[in-house]
Amino acid sequence: MKPGLIIRLVILALLVAFIVTPESFAWVFQPLTKNGQPAIYTQNSLMNLTLSHLTIVAIATIASTLLAVGLAILVTRPFGAEFLPLSRSLANIGQTFPPVAVLALAVPVLGFGTAPTLVALFLYGLLPIFENALTGLTTLPPTVTEAARGVGMTDRQRLLGVELPLATPVILAGIRLSVVISVATATIGSTVAASTLGEVIIAGLLSNNIAFIAQGGLVVGVMAVLIYDALSALERVLMARTGQRRLQS
Amino acid sequence: MIEIDALTKDYLELTVVDHVSLTVADGEIAVIVGTSGSGKTTLLRMINRLIEPTSGTVKIDGQDTRAVPAFELRRRIGYAIQGHGLFPHRTVGQNIATVPTLLGWDKQKIAARVDELLSLFQLEPAEFRDRLPSELSGGQQQRVGVARALAAEPRLLLMDEPFGALDPIIRAKAQSDLLAIQKRFGTTIVLVTHDMEEAIHLGSRIAVMDKGKLLQYAPPAEIIARPATPFVAELIGTGERPFRLLSLGKVRDLVEPGPAQGEPISADASLRDAYAECLWSGREVLPVIDADGKIIGRIRRDDIARRAERPQ
Ligand SMILES: Nc1ncnc2c1ncn2[C@@H]1O[C@H](COP(=O)(O)OP(=O)(O)OP(=O)(O)O)[C@@H](O)[C@H]1O
Ligand SMILES: [Mg+2]
Repeated sequence: MKPGLIIRLVILALLVAFIVTPESFAWVFQPLTKNGQPAIYTQNSLMNLTLSHLTIVAIATIASTLLAVGLAILVTRPFGAEFLPLSRSLANIGQTFPPVAVLALAVPVLGFGTAPTLVALFLYGLLPIFENALTGLTTLPPTVTEAARGVGMTDRQRLLGVELPLATPVILAGIRLSVVISVATATIGSTVAASTLGEVIIAGLLSNNIAFIAQGGLVVGVMAVLIYDALSALERVLMARTGQRRLQS
Repeated sequence: MIEIDALTKDYLELTVVDHVSLTVADGEIAVIVGTSGSGKTTLLRMINRLIEPTSGTVKIDGQDTRAVPAFELRRRIGYAIQGHGLFPHRTVGQNIATVPTLLGWDKQKIAARVDELLSLFQLEPAEFRDRLPSELSGGQQQRVGVARALAAEPRLLLMDEPFGALDPIIRAKAQSDLLAIQKRFGTTIVLVTHDMEEAIHLGSRIAVMDKGKLLQYAPPAEIIARPATPFVAELIGTGERPFRLLSLGKVRDLVEPGPAQGEPISADASLRDAYAECLWSGREVLPVIDADGKIIGRIRRDDIARRAERPQ
């Protein structure tokens, strides 16, 4: 096993241990408290908050992946080609919009709770995935797409058999960006009463308890890094599997 | 049989292929030559409708190519693309199996065909079948590309510079393999090349293109002897003409009875090779042997030289 992998596994194990039994890590956070404040957040179980956090991110990301990849496929077909420049500039403009702003705009429409957070994550997640799917589908080697036509594949066979498999690593890179943004942004969801790890941080801010802020931030941060890392590794494997780059030894 | 009639392709103002008409009979090899950008690839790709012509028609065995859906047409026509175009995410075996799979052949038949083709192109099946194209050399990729085009035993084969990346030895082998395959299955072939030597060696007829126009379409001997325009003559290379003529003839054609000394030459060697041997070894006559190594006569240098003269 490579040292990098061992370090990652250790971090993952620590994260899981902390989420399952936060009390046993009280000594770590004790020095951050003052005036006998509790070292560990106990209003809600950390495990439930984490699961809810990840569920919201997962639902939003799956939904944005489906829509973004679907749209990218449509605008890269001959009949959708007219919309390609328009959708591309929309995607670019959209990405300059901060996620907090999306959240702020969603609340008046959807009220408080999980819904506006899901919508904000979904909308914001669309953009990187769409942009990457477009890139992936429009930068395939021309000889390969020509060959796919030349052997007599139908449009559908070309899309499913050649274009999507080859674009998958690039699409996955978009999903990775989107997931990481969502993991962080979901935290803000707590301000509009979604059940996420943001709750711990906000409780810390309200009661001026640095230990709470640290544990909430740490769990979110470490999760984001681990997910980013795992998806990057998956991408490299897919690149190699699809013969687009050799596996680095 | 392919009948191309007044085939034209315009890109905006630019006419890339200009009223080209030619017919390729069954089992013939038509070789298209011309400088870069003369429209060879465009002409070739209009045959399987990868490019839709602006005007003109293509008929295959009497049927207009527009009468069937393009994808069905293309499954019947083998196509070796310029620069191989292998699917990078599929193994060599899967690449070769593409068209048979699309046509719904059964698995066993496909597997047998893949191995047969790999062996034919000097690629050990067990070693190469499961590799990805990125794990092959350029020349190996190109051979797999040709194998893929041949996989479904098409009666018509389009090849765009199929042997461009091969070294001279493998190239000569690939060419003679192609000729053997062509003889065995009676495949009709349209092949694009930059290499005049290859065109003369492979072509039953050579089509010379320049700036989208077909300048001459004739058997190699006639192209060499009577080039239609100065451009055609230049393409053949004026200094090369006698040797190109010799490369069309076989030693067998000029064998006569009588003795000769020294290393013999095969009756199937080209006259060009025989002439080179005469010059190199300083001999006036060479003994000639059959395929089974038996001496069947001799060939004279003067006779060969006479064959290199401009035909009347
Ligand atoms: N889609 C296109 N739009 C505009 N011009 C094109 C297009 N495709 C090809 N051409 C032009 O058509 C001409 C002929 O191209 P083609 O690919 O048929 O040449 P070629 O004879 O095969 O050349 P090479 O030997 O370099 O492969 C070139 O001048 C090229 O620039
Ligand atoms: Mg070309």
